[in-house]
Amino acid sequence: MSIPMNSQQVLDREYLEIRGKILEVAASLDRLERAAGDVAQDPRMTLIQQGLQIALQSNDAQGDSRAKQIQLLFSREYADSWRKEFEL
Amino acid sequence: MDYFDPHIHMVSRTTDDYEILAKMGCVGMSEPAFWAGFDRGSVDSFRDYFHQLTDFEPQRAAQYGIQHFTWLCINAKEAENVELSREVIAMIPEFLDRPNVLGIGEIGLNKNTKNESTIFLEHMELAIQHNQQILIHTPHLEDKYQGTRMILDMLTADSRIDPTRVLVDHVEEHTAAEVLDRGFWAGMTLYPITKCTPQRAVDIIEMCGGERLLVNSAGDWGPSKPTAVPDLILEMRRREHSEDLIRKVVYDNPLEFFSQSENFNFQPRD
Repeated sequence: MSIPMNSQQVLDREYLEIRGKILEVAASLDRLERAAGDVAQDPRMTLIQQGLQIALQSNDAQGDSRAKQIQLLFSREYADSWRKEFEL
Repeated sequence: MDYFDPHIHMVSRTTDDYEILAKMGCVGMSEPAFWAGFDRGSVDSFRDYFHQLTDFEPQRAAQYGIQHFTWLCINAKEAENVELSREVIAMIPEFLDRPNVLGIGEIGLNKNTKNESTIFLEHMELAIQHNQQILIHTPHLEDKYQGTRMILDMLTADSRIDPTRVLVDHVEEHTAAEVLDRGFWAGMTLYPITKCTPQRAVDIIEMCGGERLLVNSAGDWGPSKPTAVPDLILEMRRREHSEDLIRKVVYDNPLEFFSQSENFNFQPRD
């Protein structure tokens, strides 16, 4: 389905929102760094870093959007053998 | 614009919310049975709840010109208690002839466990035996992808299930296409933090098209916004989408899906 607005219009409309969202993420990471303790080894930090990397890339080889890739990154894996494991 | 909220938990809302929704164009809603925020202890608690959904809420909504419909089940969180779940499932047929009952829902998974899956299958059987439509809750956050795939596995493995009479709710970027591709209806829930924003929901409409897609607010006792559907309408207008497409998603599609239920006697405004 086509999008009525062109990319220049989308950027004009969303530039300040994107800027604001990037600042929120940066400030959260700063807060983590300022706080006592060390969470560098927490697996959630790895997921956050991977998520940020996905946001900087284009759609993947399958054509999946960045949003879909990030959703899958933060998802538990699915195995089609689950019914056998549950004996259902 | 008149709109229909296909998934909103009005038992959690004040009467003021009915007034606000009516002022914003809400003319109809459907309310799936869900978790009360605590685990109920007996089947009689559910019987009282189903009375509330089938007697009290339709009257409260009607005071503001809103037509109220509902779905019955024991939700996925409490489905972990298999014994209680079976008592509730056995009791549900007492209410299926009530005039505002559209089907069985919101059934689904929460943590994707064996007990939840067992009760999901038993709810499916109940719906099949009573020729009821089904409304499905998919899990949130990291459990959503796995749980949605499990639910689709159970539905598609049973040839008696007609996907055009099943609405799979809370779809997001990683689950919407698969639900639609398999012939089911899909619902997007606009909800802060754990679900989908109006902006992302419009993205999904732009990527998947408007066929068999619904939008709802959930509007429950958590940090939700019962007027989220008008937020989506505004976002679509700001992106210059046609009024026809907006109306299709927020009004025509819900009516088309619900019209498959015998009890859906919705009266459009003149």
